[in-house]
Amino acid sequence: MKKLDRKQMAARVARDIPEGAYVNLGIGLPTLVADYLPKGREIILHSENGILGMGPKPAPGMEDEELINAGKEPCTLLAGGAFFHHADAFAMIRGRHLDFAVLGAFQVSSRGDLANWHTGAPDAIPAVGGAMDLAVGAKKVMVMMEHLTKQGESKIVERCTYPLTGARCVDRIYTDLAVIDVKADGLHVVEAVEGLAFEELQRLTGVPLKKALIAA
Amino acid sequence: MIDKFMASPAAALADVPDGATIMIGGFGNAGMPSALIDALIAQGARELSIVNNNAGNGDTGLAALLKAKRVRKILCSFPRQADSWHFDALYKAGEIELELVPQGTLAERIRAAGAGIGGFYTPTAFGTKLAEGKETRRIGERDYVLEHPIHADYALIKAQRADRWGNLVYRKSARNFGPIMAAAAKTTVVQVSETVELGALDPETVVTPGIFVKRVVRVAVPARKAA
Repeated sequence: MKKLDRKQMAARVARDIPEGAYVNLGIGLPTLVADYLPKGREIILHSENGILGMGPKPAPGMEDEELINAGKEPCTLLAGGAFFHHADAFAMIRGRHLDFAVLGAFQVSSRGDLANWHTGAPDAIPAVGGAMDLAVGAKKVMVMMEHLTKQGESKIVERCTYPLTGARCVDRIYTDLAVIDVKADGLHVVEAVEGLAFEELQRLTGVPLKKALIAA
Repeated sequence: MIDKFMASPAAALADVPDGATIMIGGFGNAGMPSALIDALIAQGARELSIVNNNAGNGDTGLAALLKAKRVRKILCSFPRQADSWHFDALYKAGEIELELVPQGTLAERIRAAGAGIGGFYTPTAFGTKLAEGKETRRIGERDYVLEHPIHADYALIKAQRADRWGNLVYRKSARNFGPIMAAAAKTTVVQVSETVELGALDPETVVTPGIFVKRVVRVAVPARKAA
């Protein structure tokens, strides 16, 4: 079996984002998706600190401390881009104007609950940012994560053991092993990496999976 | 004649009392009114409640205010960062209270205060720890959480340009919380890079009308890294 690396995962997610989509990419792994958006598609990136039409990283020496992304890294603005205040930025999110949010996760449950903001450890400092707004607000919530923890446990679980970010909010899960849709009747495997049989994916995942009707 | 221009950050903040609730604009360092925060530290007010998206980065600005132990409570969405060591130390020592608020809820609670709204129902955080103990309601097909406005005694924000009536325009993503905080506080103090004559700002592009602004201080900015 050939696990996808982070770049391949980003490219896989990027492939599913269509022309004309308004998209928010979460901090961390999802940010990488920006580098793999198919050339020739106009896709508008939203940043919760008040940017639509966010462009790539600036050239060295061209950074502007007043033009940053949600991860507080320097970014640029494309022609046609716009700035707005925070309440408008979140009206776009909560008001169902964003087509996609791509978020990282600690765990996703088989009914689409998402846990990605807090480990729940007593000494951990909690930080939520815009994750809970994105989880309930975007028309489609795509999660991007490794399939297994470092200890080999499935991050797709029956019930999240970490504190929830949102309940029943995830539409599709992209891992380094598979693409899985979350539907009312359970988890449907859309595709698996080369050399990974459905039975093996099922064994690694632990919660019941269904074979999607259309093979990848 | 209305003239909201003040001679210095110190003059603009001289009346801040102990125990005040103060909104501070900015997302990380973008839009953070550093000169006003430095003046607040020098002014000496204590036991402050601070509203900001973060809890300070590095050693300057809000982080320096925390380090000076002037802050009793912070309301924010994202305190934990690679360089939030002053907050981390106070939090672990139990010397600061944290009210963690989802970022969109933080923004809307601030907006609601400025708009005279007594509360609102949001789908954000329903079914999570951050909604525990809060009133909920099912409206149509969705579940919502009741949230209340956040009012402040002062808002300290940064804008690019102002006239003497307090009309403001901002610069790039430094706008972030500025416009909504300006409306939510009794006394809004603005740090600007430039002041201009009345009539010099295009009225079609004024972002914050002067009615929301009490005091304006021009602070010369060091040359930016980028052109």
